[in-house]
Amino acid sequence: MTESSGATLPSPGEGRDGVGSSVDTGPRATASTGREWPLWEVFVRSKQGLEHKHCGSLHAVDAQQALQMARDVYTRRQEGVSIWVVPSSQITASLPDNKAEFFDPAGDKIFRHPTFYDIPDEVGHM
Amino acid sequence: MAQTTAPLAYLLHLADNALVLGQRNAEWCAHGPVLEEDIAMANISLDLIGQARMLYQHAATVQGNGATEDSLAYFRDAKDFRNFTLLELPHHGPLAGTANADRDYATTIARNFLNSAFTLRLWHALQASSDAQLAAIAAKSLKEVRYHLRHSRDWLVRLGDGTDESHKRTQAALDHLWPYTEEFWTVTAGEAAAITDGSGADPRLLREGWGEDVNQALAEATLRRPTAKGFLPRGKQGQHSEHLSDLVTEMQSLARQHPEAVW
Repeated sequence: MTESSGATLPSPGEGRDGVGSSVDTGPRATASTGREWPLWEVFVRSKQGLEHKHCGSLHAVDAQQALQMARDVYTRRQEGVSIWVVPSSQITASLPDNKAEFFDPAGDKIFRHPTFYDIPDEVGHM
Repeated sequence: MAQTTAPLAYLLHLADNALVLGQRNAEWCAHGPVLEEDIAMANISLDLIGQARMLYQHAATVQGNGATEDSLAYFRDAKDFRNFTLLELPHHGPLAGTANADRDYATTIARNFLNSAFTLRLWHALQASSDAQLAAIAAKSLKEVRYHLRHSRDWLVRLGDGTDESHKRTQAALDHLWPYTEEFWTVTAGEAAAITDGSGADPRLLREGWGEDVNQALAEATLRRPTAKGFLPRGKQGQHSEHLSDLVTEMQSLARQHPEAVW
């Protein structure tokens, strides 16, 4: 269990004074402040064969609830056939301060782009 | 089984159930406990209003005489509605006539749970309706109510097995609403006619399965199953609580101020 004390509301399986049922609702994310629910990043696959794409974030108590809420918030207009949710706290991000050393060196290496080939239309997504 | 068309009274009962609960739950729109839940409840309302539309359109065809889905939804008075009393109650416990209270999410969740567990079984049975149109509506609605049940059951367990405060409020909501579920199991003349011609489903046959589903969820939620004490609501026979006319008045106000307005 990764949560700090008082960070989240109790969930199924860890309810009042040990009287709870044992429902496994998946991993928990860690709340950053107070009683606010933890943050989750949402990835939606728009159709079979395409990759999951990041489409936003939301607050939820645990993974199962995050999945359900992602369905309601991000797939109301038939945007998806599959959803992933990931605790935001589990994502390690590059720092804006490192932008120059991380990304600028790739700027003059045009030969890395596969733009010198003709791709037949039948190939479809690449 | 020969093709039939369901009796008008039966279709209106189903349509009114969906519309009244859809309208009631829509009161949470922009007032939800958290943004994500606000959207979830609005989605559920839109599913219910969508079901109501399909049922009213079918009922309007059966009725004829220029009836439309709008005339059935917006130009019948509260006393003509045939929904379960359970679905018209406000989002809080019983109060004296002039009192008011904040909306209580435990009441919303407990009602959605009790009702979804019932309609899941009803739509499932109605897929075999001898009224082909009603069977098609049932198949579509079944998918939607599966999600409604999942949503409300999930919250019922979280709230029941949550904090002392959420447990207390959820048990109080359940105690308040439980007697109204007795209306699920009575059979009106319209229902009897639908059962006889094969277009309707006999709710008495759904009772045992519903009870098992409910017991299992209540056990997970550490909630106590209340007992009914003989009170028998008669909303589907047109005898409503005082709350329905407020709901219907608000819902119909725009259509009645601007009759025949179009988008």
